[in-house]
Amino acid sequence: MIAYLVQRLLLMIPTFVGITLIAFSIIHLAPGDPAELRAGGGLGAGAEGGLSTERRGAVDRALQEWRALYGLDKPLHMQYLIWLKNLFTLDFGLSFKDSQPVWGKIVERLPATIKLNVLSTALVYLVAIPLGVYSATYQYSFGDQLTTFAAFVLFALPSFWVGTMAIVFLGGGDFYYWFPPGGLQSVNYSPAWPWWQRLVDQAWHLCLPVLMLSYGGFAGLSRFMRSSMLENLRQDFVLVARSKGLAERVVIYKHVLRNSLIPIVTIMASIIPGLVGGSIIIETLFSIPGIGQLSYEAVLARDYPIIMAVFTIGSVLTLLSILLSDLLLSVVDPRIAFSRRAV
Amino acid sequence: MMPERRSVSAETTAATMSRPGVPQTPVVELAQGFWARVWRQFKRNYLAVMGLYVVLALVVMALSADFLANDKPLYLVYKGQTYFPVPYSYLVAPGLAQWPLELLNVDYRSLAAERAIFPPIPYRPNQIDLTNPFAPPSPEHWLGTDRLGRDVMAGIVHGSRYSLSIGFVSVGIALVIGVLLGALAGFFGGWVDLVISRVFELMLAIPTFLLLITIAAFLKPSIFYTMIIIGLTGWVGMARFTRNEFLKVRNLDYVTAATAIGLPNRRIMFRHILPNALAPVLVSVVLGIASAILAESGLSFLGVGVPADTVTWGSILNEARSNTFAWWLAVFPGAAIFVAVIAYYMVGEGLRDALDPRLK
Repeated sequence: MIAYLVQRLLLMIPTFVGITLIAFSIIHLAPGDPAELRAGGGLGAGAEGGLSTERRGAVDRALQEWRALYGLDKPLHMQYLIWLKNLFTLDFGLSFKDSQPVWGKIVERLPATIKLNVLSTALVYLVAIPLGVYSATYQYSFGDQLTTFAAFVLFALPSFWVGTMAIVFLGGGDFYYWFPPGGLQSVNYSPAWPWWQRLVDQAWHLCLPVLMLSYGGFAGLSRFMRSSMLENLRQDFVLVARSKGLAERVVIYKHVLRNSLIPIVTIMASIIPGLVGGSIIIETLFSIPGIGQLSYEAVLARDYPIIMAVFTIGSVLTLLSILLSDLLLSVVDPRIAFSRRAV
Repeated sequence: MMPERRSVSAETTAATMSRPGVPQTPVVELAQGFWARVWRQFKRNYLAVMGLYVVLALVVMALSADFLANDKPLYLVYKGQTYFPVPYSYLVAPGLAQWPLELLNVDYRSLAAERAIFPPIPYRPNQIDLTNPFAPPSPEHWLGTDRLGRDVMAGIVHGSRYSLSIGFVSVGIALVIGVLLGALAGFFGGWVDLVISRVFELMLAIPTFLLLITIAAFLKPSIFYTMIIIGLTGWVGMARFTRNEFLKVRNLDYVTAATAIGLPNRRIMFRHILPNALAPVLVSVVLGIASAILAESGLSFLGVGVPADTVTWGSILNEARSNTFAWWLAVFPGAAIFVAVIAYYMVGEGLRDALDPRLK
């Protein structure tokens, strides 16, 4: 087991270096200079159009100093190596926007994103597992076909469309004002409110975004649950249980359901990567101050250190979650041995 | 009807099996038989057939967009002369012809023409009318206008061109990369497979949508770039399918036979194995078109990657974000995206079922 773990972790290193190299080169080789952009864009053009040589010189010196501050004056490969070295101390550098440490900014944005993703994943499991169990026990019934079709339609509905429609019709457009159009707190929110009022306010704000993040997942998970149930229903132990005269309810919920939940447990690990890149559109649409919104703003403002940090954290979490789900699979199902699994 | 067809196919199979001495003909007949069987299976699934009709309708809409929504008339009689301005514009655009002087930069709507037949939607998608912004749906503008007074219906009709071409071009790019890498990994195995599998893992672990918006926002906004980057980030699924198929087929007798008679690897991979491995890849191609359309509309919804004067389904929807009173900007373009996406999903699912040997 230890050998397997070490092997997997070692194989992750080249993948990780590859990802950071790709992200780094895309960010740094793309046309455009963050220093010029920061200085107000038009300075390069202004030099030809009337800026005197000494003023141009002063501007150039200022840009040069700014680049030196963020290490952008060094050759690219040195910049990458310095970035990699700082990574070992979780030092992602300073944000171009306000010179604050990137790590602090990410930690500050994390709670909103975690809240959003944990709630929506919980909702997906709460809805999809009963749906899958129902579909499998009444296979090919009208209800089975209806839920399968409905889940399929939900899967195909783009969340940014449904989200926009929800804001237009339910969130303070010209129609109903049932939900707030965005944000995580009411304008008049105060920490002095009693806890239940704060909770209600929070829930009211989270309703739409959580729903938008979760409805697309119903289809995949309920289908997965359904086929897992069907596979177990065909097994001999079901035949034995039924011939012993056990009630159908006991057969389904005690014998089949428990075995069918095994693969479901393992894909729980896939929640983790969603914590970073998964909710860019929904967070931007509902103005939720989370990692998704932070990374979208960073991309628009060319805040290189933040973009690099989000890429790094996102991919490390995904790599770890793939490993975790493989490990979980063998923990919940001892029939699966590590050594035989393909790496 | 059905039993008849079945007996015909049974006959052909029997015929091909009774002539094992003739190597070329049975291969061809079997290949036809396979796709005919898939098609027969596909036709039974009425949802999939419906999806196919919707896809065909979208293709027709994209191809005839200029005839459906245009500010030029289809047919025009002006000063005793007869013109066909819409078809004629196809000659003007590549420089094969010039507009006659009296039609140069003319506003056809105010033209004192003797006769004129306009397309059903007499607007260009990017025709700005600042006197009429945010017009709700009406007989003049069936689906309303946006913040610059551009007709939404015209934008949706012409937007089908972008979504169609983005779907096909980016999936084409993804298919080439995916099949090539998957074939290499599956055929050679060993360290080639190990290295290429690292690349798969890398592409799976990298936050794809963040990668998309980063590249799209850093480059100059252009539909062409958007197609390429969606293609470059969307090939992993196809590569894994191809790899798995190659792994399955690699040790079959016909591959060993091809190796034994000394065929080069390239030929074995692409002429012998690939045609047999193509069926499952086809499903991911169809589903890939849907996700490419979704990715593009997501990008233009966020306002990255699309030039300001280009009207796509996502860019119309983007305007609804800041103008929440204009419900028509939210409902219609999003419905177009949804219809296109679910149609491709239905075709893909139908194809998956039709190709599944267990469901015969």
